[in-house]
Amino acid sequence: MSTAATNTFTSDHPHLKIASEAMALEFGLSAEEYRLILEKLGRTPNVTELGIFSVMWSEHCSYKSSRVHLAKFPTKAPHILYGPGENAGAIDIGEGLACIFKMESHNHPSFIEPYQGAATGVGGILRDVFTMGARPIALMNALRFGDPSHPKTRRLLEGVVSGIAGYGNCVGVPTVGGETNFHSRYNGNILVNVMCVGLAPADRIFTSAAKGAGNPVVYVGAKTGRDGIHGATMASAEFDDESEEKRPTVQVGDPFLEKLLIEACLELMATDAIIGIQDMGAAGLTSSSVEMASKGESGILLLIDDIPAREDAMSPYEFMLSESQERMLMVLKPGREGEAKSIFDKWGLDAAVIGKTTDTGRLQLQWKGDIVCDLPLGPLADEAPKYERPFVFSSSKAREADAESTLAAEISFDFAGDLLAVMASPDMASKAWIWRQYDRHVMADTVSDSGGDAAIIRLHGSNRALAMTCDVTPRYVEADPREGGKQAVAEAWRNLSAVGATPLAITDNLNFGSPQRPEIMGQIVAAIEGMAEACRALDFPVVSGNVSLYNETNGQAILPTPAVGGVGILQDMTKRASLEGLRPGDQLIMIGETRGHLPQSMLERTALGREQGPPPPVDLAAERLNGDFVRGLIQAGVVSVCHDLSDGGLAAAAAEIALASSTGVALINPTDCPDRAFLFGEDQSRYLIALPFAYADEVFDAAKAAGVFAELVGVAGGCEIAFKDDALDLADLRAAHEAWLADFMSASP
Amino acid sequence: MKAAVLVFPGSNCDRDIAVALERVTGRAPAMIWHKETALPAGLDLVVLPGGFSFGDYLRCGAMAARSPIIPAVRDHAARGGRVLGVCNGFQILCETGLLPGALLRNAGLKFICQETPLVVSNANTPFTAAYGGERETVIPIAHADGRYTADENTLNRLEGEGRIVFRYQGEAPNGSMRGIAGIISDDGAVMGMMPHPERACDPSLRRMGGWGVFQSLLDAA
Repeated sequence: MSTAATNTFTSDHPHLKIASEAMALEFGLSAEEYRLILEKLGRTPNVTELGIFSVMWSEHCSYKSSRVHLAKFPTKAPHILYGPGENAGAIDIGEGLACIFKMESHNHPSFIEPYQGAATGVGGILRDVFTMGARPIALMNALRFGDPSHPKTRRLLEGVVSGIAGYGNCVGVPTVGGETNFHSRYNGNILVNVMCVGLAPADRIFTSAAKGAGNPVVYVGAKTGRDGIHGATMASAEFDDESEEKRPTVQVGDPFLEKLLIEACLELMATDAIIGIQDMGAAGLTSSSVEMASKGESGILLLIDDIPAREDAMSPYEFMLSESQERMLMVLKPGREGEAKSIFDKWGLDAAVIGKTTDTGRLQLQWKGDIVCDLPLGPLADEAPKYERPFVFSSSKAREADAESTLAAEISFDFAGDLLAVMASPDMASKAWIWRQYDRHVMADTVSDSGGDAAIIRLHGSNRALAMTCDVTPRYVEADPREGGKQAVAEAWRNLSAVGATPLAITDNLNFGSPQRPEIMGQIVAAIEGMAEACRALDFPVVSGNVSLYNETNGQAILPTPAVGGVGILQDMTKRASLEGLRPGDQLIMIGETRGHLPQSMLERTALGREQGPPPPVDLAAERLNGDFVRGLIQAGVVSVCHDLSDGGLAAAAAEIALASSTGVALINPTDCPDRAFLFGEDQSRYLIALPFAYADEVFDAAKAAGVFAELVGVAGGCEIAFKDDALDLADLRAAHEAWLADFMSASP
Repeated sequence: MKAAVLVFPGSNCDRDIAVALERVTGRAPAMIWHKETALPAGLDLVVLPGGFSFGDYLRCGAMAARSPIIPAVRDHAARGGRVLGVCNGFQILCETGLLPGALLRNAGLKFICQETPLVVSNANTPFTAAYGGERETVIPIAHADGRYTADENTLNRLEGEGRIVFRYQGEAPNGSMRGIAGIISDDGAVMGMMPHPERACDPSLRRMGGWGVFQSLLDAA
């Protein structure tokens, strides 16, 4: 590939003037990066060329701070068809089908303009999935907001949820689950992570590689406007008090247009006219054209004058950096343009041939007869800077005085009061106010949605189903990034196992503060290593992901939040488990050992306002053993009521089953742990299962044979949650659990 | 029974209702693009499915009601052929004037998706006969604009003529007047309903509350 200098085209147009270092700094590049550009080009770029470099080299597009560490993830397995590097990951799920999925953040835009920020986040992740030839079948989301008392929290939550609903409902893809947490560390930087799962024929997956020279480059979808210019750069910077002035860089979504694009693209994909296809996401036409040509080992010439424009007198710079939504770029086989045009016409979509592939290895832009940009692809893509940023591991929290079981001794034990406080706390309270606004049933294949351990979606026309979940416990990651990273992966694996699914693979969304701070970089590195360790131990590889850094406002970073989106399969969906169906007389059996780990527990947080000490450690061998055992029971049809133990421990898990089944439970403590630690401790790798008395012995025998720890921890019946001589009426618990969010949202701001 | 499902740009329950029709009647419906101007011959039923036709822009159902296929739907109804509109399909039928009234933004202003207990208030129609003596059922709703609204005279007429066929049990979640969830035309040939019977028509998902609508149509054909 030649990097020989060519002459820079310059003119008086402000976007075609010769660039400077000052301008590079303004575009978010460092002085060192600017010098590198001059060296790679052998000349000084013009403003348009510099703009293209700046977005391609932004953290958001280049993963320059994280790439070195992302390589630690296991990404290969026989069932993986496409791992990280494509628009989304693809796994073979048998019977000729591939599951294609990915999670992505839209944090910065959602903080600035919550409705459109969240809506366009949904739009972007849908495009990542259908770009590969998949029909999207489910959406999920993982949301983190500031403390409920923060003046912006209510408005941000309202806007984000409306935006997700407004987009997903209209497109007609069910939003089936997720998680929502509140913490003051998100006051200045909320997180909106959205996940999409789609299905495609395993032998008809589309990639972005624009192979060959002389093939037509076709643009379809919304016309290009001036919105979102430099959005990727915004997403790669910290916030300050003036960030809301960046509202114009947030794009506006059109879910109706997206729906038409999905149908039109899938219709065209059913022919063999497409060579490569790519959505225009972050950095718009720039990143899509560079990625396509770079992966196709070709080159690309774009005719700027032929790009459908929404506004007059747009410059090449504006066309290339716009992040107008709902646009796709594809390379067709020569002569197939008419076929594509007729499909786009049917769906009422604007489309145009805007260039061709070349054999130059360069990105070239032609405008009004002149080549106004001529850049080698290598430096823009594969040769972009990669940093091994300095990092320090600070595990100060983990080394804090071990608070284990001190709580139990410190204050008097009030089972009913503690349980009520935990279940009505912002993180644990029912999120029905949110998910009632999501269409969870469109496509008519939703087996189980919000409220269970994992959502279950039937594979259309079959008796098989996919299970999916989003998980991470940020306060654990903050306390110990490595253990917290392990826990996020293990919990996703556990949630899939708890419904009876065989876990297959994950996508991830790594949300952190500024990687230029060694202690944050230390969190990133340790969390990735912990996640990778769990992925290997559980045969749960990473197939796609997204990194969102610089989640800081005025120097305050968010809690480290490596969200994990897990997918698993049920070969027979009639053999599944949920929280519903507990009957009086059922035996409650805990699988996995309880040591009573209270530090970093939800109880400590709600009852004492304390987040200290180490998070519960994850024993990955026990995790695997216990999960395989529970899944086996469910798949054998022995168990259909099951819940993983996580926030709030046994007490919360039992309460959630009781509420979902409208049947009370009486708990016992068969261990040496103090009662409070036994009931509310958050030891990992545990499940609560329920089954009729007649089968209990069989399960204990099987557990013994498998070397799995199992013990009777309660029985079902009545209309209370009882422990010893203390009890909480289910109706009171339900009222408190269901009231918190609805009351919070209806209170005046 | 010979059925057709109309497909507008933005329809998103067209497949779901086709699957439900085939499951109950044993015969797949014809899928008719909105730009067509004629319906297949010998149809018993035309379905306008749920979704966001034309993105709900301008007003829910307003643009779809002016589609090229609509005159053929009117002719079909005029001949006594049956027409079923679900959710956005109901909104479209109100916009065409085939059904009276309008569906406005929900009282709480938010989209609501939930299993919803209904009363079958008239089981003596070709759309509801199969509910027979069983006068209560559960069918999910999923809409932001489902608050049925009409003038007092129209409401009294609907009520007096037994044309309110589905009502929400208890307080209507969307604030519909007189708890209206579904109505029929004066000749009984056209029904619109906000709940989605096609989402409650599947024994393997253990949701069967909507089966009666399709069973009734099959029995009446």
